[in-house]
Amino acid sequence: MEFLGYFGGVFEPVALLLLLGGTVGGLVLGATPGLSPTMAVALLIPFTFHLTPTQGLILLGAAYTSTVAGGAVSAILLKIPGAPANIATALDGNAMARNGEGARALQLSFLASGVGGVIGVLLLIFLTPVLAVWALKFGPSHLFWIAILGVTVIGSLDSKSFVKGLLSGCIGLWLSQIGYDEIQGTERFIFTDALTGGIHIIPALIGLFAIPQVMEMFAKGRVSAAIESIAVPKYSIFDSVREVARSIRSLSIGTTVGAIVGLIPGVGGQIAGLVAYDQSRKFSETPDKFGKGHAEGIISAESANNAMVGPSLVPLLTLSIPGSPTAAVLLGGLLIHGIFPGSNIFDKHPEVIWTFINSMLLGQILMVIFGLYTAAWAARIAKAPVPIMAAGVLVLAMFGSYSVQQSMGDVHIMLALGIGMYVLEKFGFSAAPLVLGLILGPIAGDYFTNGAMIAAAQNGLFEYFFTGGLNLILIFLVISSIGYSFWTNMIKGTSVDVEARTEVAE
Amino acid sequence: MNASRLQHIIPAGAIFALAMTVTWLSFTQEPAEAFVFPRIISIAFIILASWNLARAGLGMARVGGGLSSAEARHIFPGLIVMLIYVFFAAKALGFYFASAIAFFAVYSIYDPVPFSSVKDWVKRIVITAAFMAVIYGLFALVLQVQTPRGLLI
Repeated sequence: MEFLGYFGGVFEPVALLLLLGGTVGGLVLGATPGLSPTMAVALLIPFTFHLTPTQGLILLGAAYTSTVAGGAVSAILLKIPGAPANIATALDGNAMARNGEGARALQLSFLASGVGGVIGVLLLIFLTPVLAVWALKFGPSHLFWIAILGVTVIGSLDSKSFVKGLLSGCIGLWLSQIGYDEIQGTERFIFTDALTGGIHIIPALIGLFAIPQVMEMFAKGRVSAAIESIAVPKYSIFDSVREVARSIRSLSIGTTVGAIVGLIPGVGGQIAGLVAYDQSRKFSETPDKFGKGHAEGIISAESANNAMVGPSLVPLLTLSIPGSPTAAVLLGGLLIHGIFPGSNIFDKHPEVIWTFINSMLLGQILMVIFGLYTAAWAARIAKAPVPIMAAGVLVLAMFGSYSVQQSMGDVHIMLALGIGMYVLEKFGFSAAPLVLGLILGPIAGDYFTNGAMIAAAQNGLFEYFFTGGLNLILIFLVISSIGYSFWTNMIKGTSVDVEARTEVAE
Repeated sequence: MNASRLQHIIPAGAIFALAMTVTWLSFTQEPAEAFVFPRIISIAFIILASWNLARAGLGMARVGGGLSSAEARHIFPGLIVMLIYVFFAAKALGFYFASAIAFFAVYSIYDPVPFSSVKDWVKRIVITAAFMAVIYGLFALVLQVQTPRGLLI
């Protein structure tokens, strides 16, 4: 119950103001199609430089929480998921809104998000210290394999093609090796002066997540996107609360699936929402109603999306392995404030981490309150003209990248990575494994070097990295993550089905 | 929509060439100790890149719609604005002035409203000015970021 002692920091005026701003801003950004939660958090990181680490993390955490929930607004009212995590919500939410129950759909969505989110953060509170103690037993070889596991899991599960997912991870790992190797005192892969200091994570994140979305907006051309707006007649909030309280089965499925998906490194919310939706339909007494405006569909999908947020930070804070692409961006935010996640994070930075986690708990409640009252307003902003959004994101990306080190080299790297990622995405590659490779590459490299030194003094490299119970379990997990995806991808062709289903939903 | 075999081969070939270069550099650069981890990465990289290229060559690459000629046409003017803005104008004209021009250019190019309407040109100028005022307030006044100054600010 150590966390209770750090609640005071959340109620300090600046912290509370950032929490409110992050929540409302996140809801609006989340509701805006084309602006993903990952991109929103990446663009916010430069604004945290002038804040204390606690304040910066509170802002990023609030934005992370509320962008995921805010994506449901445009999914329900416009049938355009604000984020990939809200694809499943659009299926029943929009059908319900078309039946004249838009307010009911929004209320169910935010209430379910709140319940899922609170349970997720409670899991974060109680699981993280346990895992941190367990992680103390890890040596360099184990941490090396855990870092590799992070890349293979996200490369295998988060991509439409597992070959391209793993290839993206490899590209990220290689990009992370560019720069000056301080241990050996030599340069690696420096082709131009801009790369002397390596690739800074923040411009890279902004480029990889923001520029492809700007170019996707360009690709639509001068099209007047007439988005159909659905009227939102009033609905009793108390009826919605009662309905959510009665939906124990959907909530249980949603929060359980969300929590498990969040704990698996790198998987993310899109999978949580779709899996919870599928499972909820299978266990429902009325599966035929799914897709036609059924409350269970919205409740299971939205509770899963937000239940994923807290647990996705458990491997991040204890092992430096993000549980979702947005958590990977958050890792970048931690690193720039000099906070290195690991087993001793609660000993080194207890005030920062507990205040941050507590703010996420309060943020869930604020997200429900503000979500219910600002949903209709957020939907109006979601219809902002595409050219203004494209131009705005481009300029923000430019300023955000430059402000990190006040270097034009960073801006050039940001744009080059962004354009390259857009082209790769068009051919089925994914940014998330590349980012994870970029973030985990130096960590894996350092543990490999440390392990190699220990191995040299012991029985050799092979014995150090490939023997021992924990090493073998981790290697088994690495191989399993690749093998499972190979099986579903090559033999059963599941990923193509997922892609097709996603396209239908969109 | 799925891209043609040729469309898949081009990026797969480019990635294979990159993997070859990375592998060659990893195994030829000195000191060898600094390149042990990059060598491990490059081996995985080249195996996966070869597999990806083979799948593209055999027409087995099923994921990814590719880039249509219409999309490429639409992207082209925006891409030119981005490149000029980032690689030339930001330093030559000044960060804020170049940003205002880039914002206005992108907004105008992709705005579906006809170019003949004076009212809409005024609207674009007002929105650009308002956006840049917010950016200036945030970055220059609040965050105190020192940006390159060219001919203007």
